Amino acid sequence: MCGITGLFLKNPERRGELGRLTAGMLTTLSDRGPDSAGFAVYGEAAPDALKLTLRLPRGADANALAAALGRRLGADIPVTVHDDHAVLAIPVAQEAAARAALSAIAPEARIVGAGRRMELYKGVGLPAEVAARFGLPSMAGSHAIGHTRMATESAVTTAGAHPFSTGADQCLVHNGSLSNHNAVRRMLAREGMRFETENDTEVAAGYLSWRLAQGARLDEALRATLSDLDGFYTFVVGTESGFAVLRDPVACKPAVMAETDDYVAFGTEYRALVDLPDIERAHLFEPEPQRVYFWEHRE
Amino acid sequence: MTEALSVDLAETSLRDLHATLHALPKDTNRTLWRVRNPRGKHSVAVGLDAPISLRIEGHVGYYAAGMNARASVLIDGNAGPGVAENMMSGKVRVRGDASQSAGASGRGGLLVIEGNAGARCGISMKGIDIVVRGSVGHLSAFMAQEGFLVVGGDAGEALGDSLYEARLFVRGRVASLGADCEEKPIRPEDRAALENLLERAGFSELRAGDFRMYGSARRLYHFHVDNASAY
Repeated sequence: MCGITGLFLKNPERRGELGRLTAGMLTTLSDRGPDSAGFAVYGEAAPDALKLTLRLPRGADANALAAALGRRLGADIPVTVHDDHAVLAIPVAQEAAARAALSAIAPEARIVGAGRRMELYKGVGLPAEVAARFGLPSMAGSHAIGHTRMATESAVTTAGAHPFSTGADQCLVHNGSLSNHNAVRRMLAREGMRFETENDTEVAAGYLSWRLAQGARLDEALRATLSDLDGFYTFVVGTESGFAVLRDPVACKPAVMAETDDYVAFGTEYRALVDLPDIERAHLFEPEPQRVYFWEHRE
Repeated sequence: MTEALSVDLAETSLRDLHATLHALPKDTNRTLWRVRNPRGKHSVAVGLDAPISLRIEGHVGYYAAGMNARASVLIDGNAGPGVAENMMSGKVRVRGDASQSAGASGRGGLLVIEGNAGARCGISMKGIDIVVRGSVGHLSAFMAQEGFLVVGGDAGEALGDSLYEARLFVRGRVASLGADCEEKPIRPEDRAALENLLERAGFSELRAGDFRMYGSARRLYHFHVDNASAY
Protein backbone atom coordinates (compact mmCIF):
# COMPACT_ATOMS: atom_id res chain seq x y z
CA MET A 1 0.00 0.00 0.00
CA CYS A 2 1.13 3.54 -0.75
CA GLY A 3 -0.51 6.79 -1.73
CA ILE A 4 0.13 8.92 -4.78
CA THR A 5 -0.89 12.46 -5.59
CA GLY A 6 -0.48 14.38 -8.79
CA LEU A 7 -1.65 17.87 -9.59
CA PHE A 8 -1.14 19.50 -12.96
CA LEU A 9 -2.43 23.06 -13.19
CA LYS A 10 -3.81 24.12 -16.54
CA ASN A 11 -4.74 27.55 -15.25
CA PRO A 12 -1.57 29.57 -14.44
CA GLU A 13 -3.54 31.72 -12.01
CA ARG A 14 -3.71 28.76 -9.64
CA ARG A 15 0.07 28.26 -9.43
CA GLY A 16 0.29 29.90 -6.03
CA GLU A 17 -2.04 27.22 -4.62
CA LEU A 18 -0.03 24.22 -5.85
CA GLY A 19 1.84 23.53 -2.62
CA ARG A 20 -1.14 24.02 -0.34
CA LEU A 21 -3.34 21.71 -2.41
CA THR A 22 -0.62 19.06 -2.70
CA ALA A 23 0.04 19.17 1.05
CA GLY A 24 -3.65 18.57 1.69
CA MET A 25 -3.74 15.60 -0.66
CA LEU A 26 -0.65 14.05 0.94
CA THR A 27 -2.08 14.51 4.42
CA THR A 28 -5.28 12.69 3.46
CA LEU A 29 -3.23 9.80 2.08
CA SER A 30 -1.32 9.33 5.38
CA ASP A 31 -3.49 6.26 6.01
CA ARG A 32 -1.96 4.59 2.98
CA GLY A 33 1.62 5.56 3.71
CA PRO A 34 2.51 6.78 7.19
CA ASP A 35 6.23 5.95 7.24
CA SER A 36 7.63 8.53 4.84
CA ALA A 37 6.63 11.03 2.20
CA GLY A 38 8.08 13.05 -0.62
CA PHE A 39 7.14 15.36 -3.43
CA ALA A 40 8.51 17.08 -6.50
CA VAL A 41 7.44 20.62 -7.31
CA TYR A 42 7.93 22.14 -10.74
CA GLY A 43 8.41 25.85 -10.13
CA GLU A 44 9.83 28.73 -12.08
CA ALA A 45 12.99 28.21 -14.11
CA ALA A 46 15.73 30.82 -13.72
CA PRO A 47 17.62 31.83 -16.89
CA ASP A 48 20.65 29.62 -17.52
CA ALA A 49 20.31 28.00 -14.11
CA LEU A 50 20.00 24.38 -13.09
CA LYS A 51 18.46 23.58 -9.73
CA LEU A 52 20.24 20.95 -7.69
CA THR A 53 18.21 19.71 -4.73
CA LEU A 54 20.60 18.47 -2.04
CA ARG A 55 19.87 16.54 1.10
CA LEU A 56 22.35 17.49 3.80
CA PRO A 57 23.25 15.97 7.15
CA ARG A 58 21.47 17.54 10.14
CA GLY A 59 23.14 20.77 11.16
CA ALA A 60 25.06 21.26 7.92
CA ASP A 61 25.38 24.87 6.80
CA ALA A 62 23.84 25.09 3.34
CA ASN A 63 24.77 28.75 2.90
CA ALA A 64 28.44 28.04 3.62
CA LEU A 65 28.30 25.11 1.21
CA ALA A 66 26.83 27.32 -1.54
CA ALA A 67 29.52 29.93 -0.91
CA ALA A 68 32.27 27.30 -1.10
CA LEU A 69 30.79 25.90 -4.29
CA GLY A 70 30.54 29.41 -5.70
CA ARG A 71 34.22 30.03 -5.07
CA ARG A 72 35.07 26.79 -6.91
CA LEU A 73 32.87 27.63 -9.87
CA GLY A 74 33.63 31.32 -9.91
CA ALA A 75 29.95 32.17 -9.78
CA ASP A 76 27.36 33.38 -7.33
CA ILE A 77 25.21 30.38 -6.28
CA PRO A 78 21.75 31.32 -4.97
CA VAL A 79 20.54 28.90 -2.32
CA THR A 80 17.20 28.28 -0.64
CA VAL A 81 17.07 26.11 2.45
CA HIS A 82 14.11 23.87 3.29
CA ASP A 83 14.86 21.97 6.50
CA ASP A 84 17.60 19.45 5.65
CA HIS A 85 17.23 20.04 1.91
CA ALA A 86 18.77 22.92 -0.02
CA VAL A 87 18.20 24.00 -3.59
CA LEU A 88 21.28 25.43 -5.30
CA ALA A 89 20.87 27.29 -8.58
CA ILE A 90 24.06 26.57 -10.49
CA PRO A 91 25.01 27.81 -13.96
CA VAL A 92 23.55 25.25 -16.34
CA ALA A 93 26.81 24.93 -18.29
CA GLN A 94 28.72 23.99 -15.14
CA GLU A 95 26.67 20.99 -14.00
CA ALA A 96 29.51 18.46 -14.28
CA ALA A 97 31.94 20.78 -12.53
CA ALA A 98 29.43 21.48 -9.79
CA ARG A 99 28.78 17.78 -9.17
CA ALA A 100 32.52 17.09 -9.01
CA ALA A 101 33.09 20.03 -6.66
CA LEU A 102 30.21 18.95 -4.39
CA SER A 103 31.52 15.42 -4.06
CA ALA A 104 34.86 16.92 -3.02
CA ILE A 105 33.69 19.62 -0.60
CA ALA A 106 30.52 17.95 0.72
CA PRO A 107 30.79 14.19 0.19
CA GLU A 108 28.01 13.61 2.70
CA ALA A 109 25.50 15.65 0.68
CA ARG A 110 23.16 13.70 -1.58
CA ILE A 111 21.89 15.19 -4.82
CA VAL A 112 18.27 14.01 -4.82
CA GLY A 113 17.18 15.80 -7.95
CA ALA A 114 18.33 18.11 -10.69
CA GLY A 115 16.43 20.12 -13.23
CA ARG A 116 15.56 23.46 -14.71
CA ARG A 117 12.30 23.53 -12.78
CA MET A 118 12.07 20.50 -10.52
CA GLU A 119 12.74 20.62 -6.80
CA LEU A 120 12.47 17.35 -4.90
CA TYR A 121 11.98 16.77 -1.19
CA LYS A 122 11.52 13.61 0.81
CA GLY A 123 11.82 12.43 4.36
CA VAL A 124 10.79 9.93 6.98
CA GLY A 125 7.71 10.70 9.07
CA LEU A 126 4.01 11.32 8.75
CA PRO A 127 3.20 13.03 5.45
CA ALA A 128 1.71 16.10 7.13
CA GLU A 129 4.89 16.56 9.18
CA VAL A 130 7.14 16.03 6.18
CA ALA A 131 5.15 18.56 4.13
CA ALA A 132 5.28 21.12 6.97
CA ARG A 133 9.00 20.60 7.58
CA PHE A 134 9.80 21.51 3.99
CA GLY A 135 7.27 24.33 3.78
CA LEU A 136 5.30 22.66 0.98
CA PRO A 137 2.08 24.63 1.61
CA SER A 138 3.73 27.89 0.48
CA MET A 139 5.42 26.45 -2.63
CA ALA A 140 4.20 27.50 -6.06
CA GLY A 141 4.51 25.91 -9.46
CA SER A 142 2.81 24.42 -12.49
CA HIS A 143 2.65 20.80 -11.36
CA ALA A 144 3.63 18.55 -8.50
CA ILE A 145 3.65 14.86 -7.74
CA GLY A 146 3.78 13.34 -4.29
CA HIS A 147 3.92 10.06 -2.47
CA THR A 148 3.13 8.61 0.93
CA ARG A 149 4.99 5.41 1.59
CA MET A 150 4.25 2.14 3.38
CA ALA A 151 7.47 0.29 2.67
CA THR A 152 7.36 -3.28 1.39
CA GLU A 153 10.40 -3.85 -0.82
CA SER A 154 13.15 -1.97 1.02
CA ALA A 155 13.89 -0.19 4.28
CA VAL A 156 12.13 2.85 5.73
CA THR A 157 14.80 5.46 5.05
CA THR A 158 14.85 8.88 3.47
CA ALA A 159 16.72 7.40 0.51
CA GLY A 160 13.98 4.81 0.06
CA ALA A 161 11.21 7.41 0.04
CA HIS A 162 9.72 8.57 -3.25
CA PRO A 163 9.89 10.37 -5.65
CA PHE A 164 12.96 8.96 -7.36
CA SER A 165 14.76 11.06 -9.90
CA THR A 166 17.21 9.59 -12.34
CA GLY A 167 17.28 12.28 -15.00
CA ALA A 168 17.02 16.04 -15.28
CA ASP A 169 13.52 17.23 -14.39
CA GLN A 170 12.33 13.62 -14.37
CA CYS A 171 10.86 11.93 -11.36
CA LEU A 172 8.63 9.01 -10.61
CA VAL A 173 6.41 7.81 -7.80
CA HIS A 174 5.10 4.29 -7.56
CA ASN A 175 2.35 2.39 -5.78
CA GLY A 176 2.98 -1.33 -5.92
CA SER A 177 5.99 -3.60 -6.02
CA LEU A 178 8.18 -4.81 -8.85
CA SER A 179 9.27 -8.44 -8.92
CA ASN A 180 12.04 -8.29 -11.54
CA HIS A 181 13.80 -5.13 -10.35
CA ASN A 182 17.09 -6.89 -9.59
CA ALA A 183 17.39 -8.23 -13.12
CA VAL A 184 16.44 -4.88 -14.64
CA ARG A 185 18.89 -3.07 -12.33
CA ARG A 186 21.71 -5.36 -13.54
CA MET A 187 20.74 -4.74 -17.15
CA LEU A 188 20.70 -0.97 -16.62
CA ALA A 189 24.00 -1.10 -14.72
CA ARG A 190 25.55 -2.75 -17.76
CA GLU A 191 24.18 0.16 -19.77
CA GLY A 192 26.09 2.51 -17.48
CA MET A 193 23.36 3.65 -15.08
CA ARG A 194 24.14 4.02 -11.40
CA PHE A 195 21.69 3.38 -8.58
CA GLU A 196 21.74 4.79 -5.08
CA THR A 197 19.48 2.25 -3.34
CA GLU A 198 18.17 -1.32 -3.44
CA ASN A 199 14.69 0.08 -4.02
CA ASP A 200 12.47 -1.31 -6.81
CA THR A 201 11.04 2.09 -7.70
CA GLU A 202 14.47 3.57 -8.36
CA VAL A 203 14.86 0.89 -11.02
CA ALA A 204 11.61 1.94 -12.67
CA ALA A 205 12.77 5.56 -12.67
CA GLY A 206 16.13 4.51 -14.07
CA TYR A 207 14.45 2.42 -16.75
CA LEU A 208 12.42 5.41 -17.94
CA SER A 209 15.48 7.69 -17.93
CA TRP A 210 17.36 5.09 -19.96
CA ARG A 211 14.57 4.86 -22.54
CA LEU A 212 14.27 8.65 -22.71
CA ALA A 213 18.03 8.99 -23.17
CA GLN A 214 17.71 6.60 -26.12
CA GLY A 215 15.33 9.05 -27.73
CA ALA A 216 11.95 7.62 -26.74
CA ARG A 217 9.10 10.00 -26.00
CA LEU A 218 7.71 9.73 -22.47
CA ASP A 219 4.62 7.85 -23.63
CA GLU A 220 6.80 5.38 -25.57
CA ALA A 221 9.10 4.88 -22.59
CA LEU A 222 6.13 4.22 -20.32
CA ARG A 223 4.55 1.82 -22.78
CA ALA A 224 7.82 -0.15 -22.86
CA THR A 225 7.57 -0.74 -19.09
CA LEU A 226 4.52 -2.91 -19.79
CA SER A 227 6.72 -5.56 -21.35
CA ASP A 228 9.95 -5.04 -19.38
CA LEU A 229 8.80 -4.44 -15.80
CA ASP A 230 7.02 -7.22 -13.95
CA GLY A 231 4.92 -6.67 -10.86
CA PHE A 232 2.25 -4.35 -9.60
CA TYR A 233 2.45 -0.69 -10.34
CA THR A 234 0.70 2.53 -10.75
CA PHE A 235 3.30 5.06 -11.91
CA VAL A 236 2.96 8.82 -11.90
CA VAL A 237 5.80 10.55 -13.68
CA GLY A 238 6.78 14.22 -13.74
CA THR A 239 8.77 15.95 -16.45
CA GLU A 240 9.75 19.58 -16.94
CA SER A 241 6.54 20.35 -18.77
CA GLY A 242 4.11 17.58 -17.94
CA PHE A 243 2.97 14.57 -16.06
CA ALA A 244 1.95 11.06 -17.00
CA VAL A 245 0.10 8.12 -15.48
CA LEU A 246 0.30 4.39 -16.18
CA ARG A 247 -1.28 1.38 -14.47
CA ASP A 248 -0.09 -2.18 -14.97
CA PRO A 249 -2.33 -4.66 -16.86
CA VAL A 250 -3.75 -6.27 -13.71
CA ALA A 251 -4.42 -2.85 -12.13
CA CYS A 252 -4.86 -3.96 -8.51
CA LYS A 253 -3.64 -0.62 -7.25
CA PRO A 254 -6.43 1.92 -7.06
CA ALA A 255 -6.38 5.19 -8.96
CA VAL A 256 -8.79 8.06 -9.51
CA MET A 257 -8.40 11.10 -11.71
CA ALA A 258 -10.25 14.39 -11.82
CA GLU A 259 -10.18 16.97 -14.59
CA THR A 260 -11.57 20.49 -14.72
CA ASP A 261 -10.77 23.52 -16.86
CA ASP A 262 -8.19 24.50 -14.20
CA TYR A 263 -6.36 21.24 -13.45
CA VAL A 264 -5.85 17.52 -13.82
CA ALA A 265 -5.42 15.65 -10.55
CA PHE A 266 -4.44 12.12 -9.64
CA GLY A 267 -5.23 10.45 -6.34
CA THR A 268 -4.85 6.88 -5.16
CA GLU A 269 -8.24 7.37 -3.57
CA TYR A 270 -10.99 9.87 -4.25
CA ARG A 271 -10.68 11.07 -0.65
CA ALA A 272 -7.42 12.76 -1.60
CA LEU A 273 -9.23 14.94 -4.14
CA VAL A 274 -12.19 16.17 -2.12
CA ASP A 275 -10.70 19.55 -1.19
CA LEU A 276 -9.62 20.51 -4.71
CA PRO A 277 -11.38 23.55 -6.19
CA ASP A 278 -14.72 22.80 -7.89
CA ILE A 279 -14.25 19.05 -7.39
CA GLU A 280 -18.05 18.68 -7.48
CA ARG A 281 -17.99 19.68 -11.14
CA ALA A 282 -14.84 17.78 -12.13
CA HIS A 283 -14.86 14.95 -14.65
CA LEU A 284 -13.95 11.94 -12.51
CA PHE A 285 -12.60 8.74 -14.01
CA GLU A 286 -10.57 5.68 -13.23
CA PRO A 287 -7.53 5.46 -15.52
CA GLU A 288 -7.65 2.28 -17.59
CA PRO A 289 -4.95 -0.36 -17.24
CA GLN A 290 -2.11 -0.35 -19.79
CA ARG A 291 -3.06 3.07 -21.10
CA VAL A 292 -0.62 5.97 -20.90
CA TYR A 293 -2.21 9.25 -19.84
CA PHE A 294 -0.13 12.34 -20.47
CA TRP A 295 -0.65 16.06 -19.97
CA GLU A 296 1.84 18.70 -21.02
CA HIS A 297 2.25 22.46 -20.82
CA ARG A 298 3.02 24.02 -24.17
CA GLU A 299 4.82 27.28 -23.65
CA MET B 1 -44.74 11.38 2.93
CA THR B 2 -42.30 10.93 5.78
CA GLU B 3 -39.26 13.14 5.88
CA ALA B 4 -35.95 11.30 5.57
CA LEU B 5 -33.76 11.16 8.66
CA SER B 6 -30.56 12.96 7.76
CA VAL B 7 -27.02 12.26 8.92
CA ASP B 8 -24.21 14.62 7.95
CA LEU B 9 -20.84 12.86 7.93
CA ALA B 10 -19.14 16.24 8.20
CA GLU B 11 -20.56 16.40 11.74
CA THR B 12 -21.29 12.79 12.70
CA SER B 13 -18.65 10.07 12.78
CA LEU B 14 -19.06 7.01 10.62
CA ARG B 15 -19.01 4.89 13.76
CA ASP B 16 -21.96 6.82 15.22
CA LEU B 17 -23.88 6.52 11.94
CA HIS B 18 -23.37 2.77 11.93
CA ALA B 19 -24.22 2.40 15.61
CA THR B 20 -27.54 4.11 14.89
CA LEU B 21 -28.32 2.11 11.77
CA HIS B 22 -27.30 -1.22 13.26
CA ALA B 23 -29.49 -0.65 16.30
CA LEU B 24 -32.65 -0.29 14.20
CA PRO B 25 -35.13 -3.06 15.00
CA LYS B 26 -36.08 -5.40 12.17
CA ASP B 27 -39.55 -3.88 12.00
CA THR B 28 -38.39 -0.26 12.31
CA ASN B 29 -40.61 2.47 11.00
CA ARG B 30 -37.67 4.84 10.66
CA THR B 31 -37.20 3.64 7.12
CA LEU B 32 -36.06 6.71 5.19
CA TRP B 33 -32.48 7.93 5.58
CA ARG B 34 -30.09 10.24 3.83
CA VAL B 35 -26.36 10.51 4.40
CA ARG B 36 -24.66 13.75 3.39
CA ASN B 37 -20.99 14.63 2.81
CA PRO B 38 -19.53 11.12 2.40
CA ARG B 39 -16.44 12.74 0.75
CA GLY B 40 -15.03 9.44 -0.43
CA LYS B 41 -15.03 7.83 3.01
CA HIS B 42 -14.59 4.08 3.21
CA SER B 43 -17.16 1.56 4.48
CA VAL B 44 -20.15 3.90 4.42
CA ALA B 45 -23.43 2.09 5.24
CA VAL B 46 -21.90 -1.34 5.70
CA GLY B 47 -23.63 -4.17 7.51
CA LEU B 48 -27.19 -2.85 7.27
CA ASP B 49 -29.81 -5.42 8.22
CA ALA B 50 -33.17 -3.67 8.24
CA PRO B 51 -35.76 -2.84 5.56
CA ILE B 52 -34.72 0.80 5.20
CA SER B 53 -34.03 3.07 2.23
CA LEU B 54 -30.81 5.00 2.51
CA ARG B 55 -29.53 7.57 0.06
CA ILE B 56 -25.86 8.56 0.12
CA GLU B 57 -25.42 11.99 -1.40
CA GLY B 58 -21.97 11.99 -2.98
CA HIS B 59 -19.02 9.78 -3.86
CA VAL B 60 -17.95 6.98 -1.53
CA GLY B 61 -14.68 5.08 -1.04
CA TYR B 62 -14.08 1.37 -0.49
CA TYR B 63 -16.71 -1.22 0.46
CA ALA B 64 -19.77 1.04 0.51
CA ALA B 65 -22.93 -0.88 1.43
CA GLY B 66 -20.87 -4.01 1.99
CA MET B 67 -22.61 -7.03 3.56
CA ASN B 68 -25.96 -5.38 2.93
CA ALA B 69 -29.06 -7.30 3.94
CA ARG B 70 -32.64 -6.16 3.22
CA ALA B 71 -31.80 -2.46 2.93
CA SER B 72 -32.10 -0.46 -0.26
CA VAL B 73 -29.07 1.80 -0.67
CA LEU B 74 -28.75 4.48 -3.35
CA ILE B 75 -25.29 5.95 -3.91
CA ASP B 76 -25.80 9.26 -5.67
CA GLY B 77 -22.23 9.42 -6.97
CA ASN B 78 -19.33 7.11 -7.75
CA ALA B 79 -18.26 4.16 -5.63
CA GLY B 80 -14.73 2.99 -4.86
CA PRO B 81 -13.50 -0.61 -4.79
CA GLY B 82 -15.75 -3.37 -3.46
CA VAL B 83 -19.13 -1.66 -3.48
CA ALA B 84 -21.82 -4.02 -2.10
CA GLU B 85 -19.22 -6.70 -1.52
CA ASN B 86 -20.69 -9.77 0.12
CA MET B 87 -24.25 -8.46 -0.18
CA MET B 88 -26.80 -10.91 1.24
CA SER B 89 -30.09 -9.36 0.11
CA GLY B 90 -31.70 -6.01 -0.63
CA LYS B 91 -30.66 -3.57 -3.32
CA VAL B 92 -27.74 -1.26 -3.97
CA ARG B 93 -27.79 1.25 -6.81
CA VAL B 94 -24.84 3.38 -7.92
CA ARG B 95 -25.77 6.42 -9.99
CA GLY B 96 -22.22 6.93 -11.28
CA ASP B 97 -19.31 4.59 -11.90
CA ALA B 98 -17.99 1.86 -9.63
CA SER B 99 -14.34 0.92 -9.20
CA GLN B 100 -12.97 -2.61 -9.12
CA SER B 101 -14.53 -5.67 -7.46
CA ALA B 102 -18.09 -4.36 -7.43
CA GLY B 103 -20.43 -6.92 -5.87
CA ALA B 104 -17.53 -9.23 -4.97
CA SER B 105 -18.59 -12.48 -3.27
CA GLY B 106 -22.21 -11.34 -3.06
CA ARG B 107 -24.69 -14.00 -1.98
CA GLY B 108 -27.97 -12.32 -2.85
CA GLY B 109 -29.76 -9.10 -3.64
CA LEU B 110 -29.44 -6.80 -6.63
CA LEU B 111 -26.59 -4.41 -7.44
CA VAL B 112 -27.30 -1.86 -10.17
CA ILE B 113 -24.57 0.38 -11.58
CA GLU B 114 -25.82 3.10 -13.89
CA GLY B 115 -22.33 3.99 -15.17
CA ASN B 116 -19.36 1.70 -15.78
CA ALA B 117 -17.75 -0.78 -13.43
CA GLY B 118 -14.00 -1.38 -13.25
CA ALA B 119 -12.02 -4.60 -13.19
CA ARG B 120 -13.19 -7.79 -11.47
CA CYS B 121 -16.87 -6.84 -11.32
CA GLY B 122 -18.74 -9.74 -9.73
CA ILE B 123 -15.58 -11.61 -8.77
CA SER B 124 -16.56 -14.80 -6.91
CA MET B 125 -20.24 -13.83 -6.95
CA LYS B 126 -22.33 -16.46 -5.19
CA GLY B 127 -25.94 -15.58 -5.90
CA ILE B 128 -26.02 -11.79 -6.17
CA ASP B 129 -27.43 -10.33 -9.39
CA ILE B 130 -25.48 -7.43 -10.91
CA VAL B 131 -26.75 -5.16 -13.69
CA VAL B 132 -24.31 -2.64 -15.16
CA ARG B 133 -25.67 -0.12 -17.64
CA GLY B 134 -22.21 0.62 -19.05
CA SER B 135 -19.12 -1.54 -19.44
CA VAL B 136 -17.12 -3.73 -17.07
CA GLY B 137 -13.34 -4.13 -16.83
CA HIS B 138 -11.08 -7.15 -17.11
CA LEU B 139 -11.55 -10.39 -15.19
CA SER B 140 -15.18 -9.70 -14.43
CA ALA B 141 -17.11 -12.66 -12.97
CA PHE B 142 -13.80 -14.37 -12.17
CA MET B 143 -14.70 -17.66 -10.41
CA ALA B 144 -18.34 -16.57 -10.30
CA GLN B 145 -20.47 -19.33 -8.81
CA GLU B 146 -24.10 -18.28 -8.97
CA GLY B 147 -26.24 -15.33 -10.03
CA PHE B 148 -26.52 -13.16 -13.11
CA LEU B 149 -24.14 -10.49 -14.35
CA VAL B 150 -25.75 -8.25 -16.97
CA VAL B 151 -23.58 -5.80 -18.89
CA GLY B 152 -25.20 -3.18 -21.10
CA GLY B 153 -21.88 -2.17 -22.67
CA ASP B 154 -18.64 -4.05 -23.29
CA ALA B 155 -16.68 -6.52 -21.17
CA GLY B 156 -12.90 -6.41 -20.70
CA GLU B 157 -10.38 -9.21 -21.06
CA ALA B 158 -10.86 -12.69 -19.57
CA LEU B 159 -14.58 -12.46 -18.88
CA GLY B 160 -15.79 -15.31 -16.69
CA ASP B 161 -12.41 -16.86 -16.10
CA SER B 162 -12.71 -20.15 -14.14
CA LEU B 163 -16.46 -19.69 -14.04
CA TYR B 164 -18.83 -21.96 -12.16
CA GLU B 165 -22.59 -21.62 -12.59
CA ALA B 166 -23.17 -17.88 -12.86
CA ARG B 167 -24.75 -16.60 -16.09
CA LEU B 168 -23.26 -13.62 -17.89
CA PHE B 169 -25.15 -11.44 -20.37
CA VAL B 170 -23.24 -8.90 -22.44
CA ARG B 171 -24.81 -6.55 -24.96
CA GLY B 172 -21.59 -5.16 -26.47
CA ARG B 173 -18.19 -6.53 -27.32
CA VAL B 174 -16.31 -9.02 -25.16
CA ALA B 175 -12.55 -8.38 -25.35
CA SER B 176 -11.84 -12.03 -24.57
CA LEU B 177 -13.31 -14.94 -22.65
CA GLY B 178 -11.44 -16.38 -19.69
CA ALA B 179 -10.52 -20.03 -19.21
CA ASP B 180 -13.51 -22.36 -19.39
CA CYS B 181 -16.01 -19.63 -20.27
CA GLU B 182 -18.02 -20.04 -23.47
CA GLU B 183 -20.99 -18.56 -25.24
CA LYS B 184 -24.23 -20.44 -24.59
CA PRO B 185 -27.54 -20.59 -26.41
CA ILE B 186 -30.14 -18.49 -24.60
CA ARG B 187 -33.01 -20.67 -23.34
CA PRO B 188 -36.46 -19.18 -22.68
CA GLU B 189 -35.88 -19.22 -18.91
CA ASP B 190 -32.57 -17.35 -19.34
CA ARG B 191 -34.28 -14.72 -21.45
CA ALA B 192 -37.07 -14.37 -18.92
CA ALA B 193 -34.50 -13.88 -16.14
CA LEU B 194 -32.67 -11.25 -18.20
CA GLU B 195 -35.88 -9.36 -18.98
CA ASN B 196 -36.82 -9.42 -15.33
CA LEU B 197 -33.43 -8.04 -14.28
CA LEU B 198 -33.48 -5.27 -16.90
CA GLU B 199 -36.91 -4.25 -15.70
CA ARG B 200 -35.94 -4.28 -12.02
CA ALA B 201 -32.82 -2.28 -12.82
CA GLY B 202 -34.94 0.29 -14.66
CA PHE B 203 -33.13 -0.16 -17.98
CA SER B 204 -36.21 -0.77 -20.08
CA GLU B 205 -34.49 0.86 -23.09
CA LEU B 206 -32.23 -2.21 -23.33
CA ARG B 207 -33.71 -5.10 -25.30
CA ALA B 208 -33.05 -8.63 -24.12
CA GLY B 209 -32.69 -9.76 -27.72
CA ASP B 210 -29.49 -7.68 -28.09
CA PHE B 211 -27.56 -9.65 -25.46
CA ARG B 212 -25.41 -12.74 -25.78
CA MET B 213 -25.00 -15.17 -22.93
CA TYR B 214 -21.86 -16.79 -21.54
CA GLY B 215 -21.43 -19.55 -19.02
CA SER B 216 -19.14 -22.30 -17.86
CA ALA B 217 -17.96 -24.97 -20.26
CA ARG B 218 -17.59 -27.13 -17.13
CA ARG B 219 -14.28 -28.58 -18.27
CA LEU B 220 -12.27 -27.04 -15.45
CA TYR B 221 -14.06 -27.52 -12.20
CA HIS B 222 -14.58 -31.25 -12.19
CA PHE B 223 -11.60 -33.27 -11.10
CA HIS B 224 -10.23 -35.15 -14.07
CA VAL B 225 -8.05 -38.14 -13.35
CA ASP B 226 -5.80 -37.37 -16.32
CA ASN B 227 -4.73 -34.21 -14.46
CA ALA B 228 -3.83 -36.03 -11.24
CA SER B 229 -0.12 -35.59 -11.80
CA ALA B 230 -0.56 -31.82 -11.89
CA TYR B 231 -1.48 -31.67 -8.20
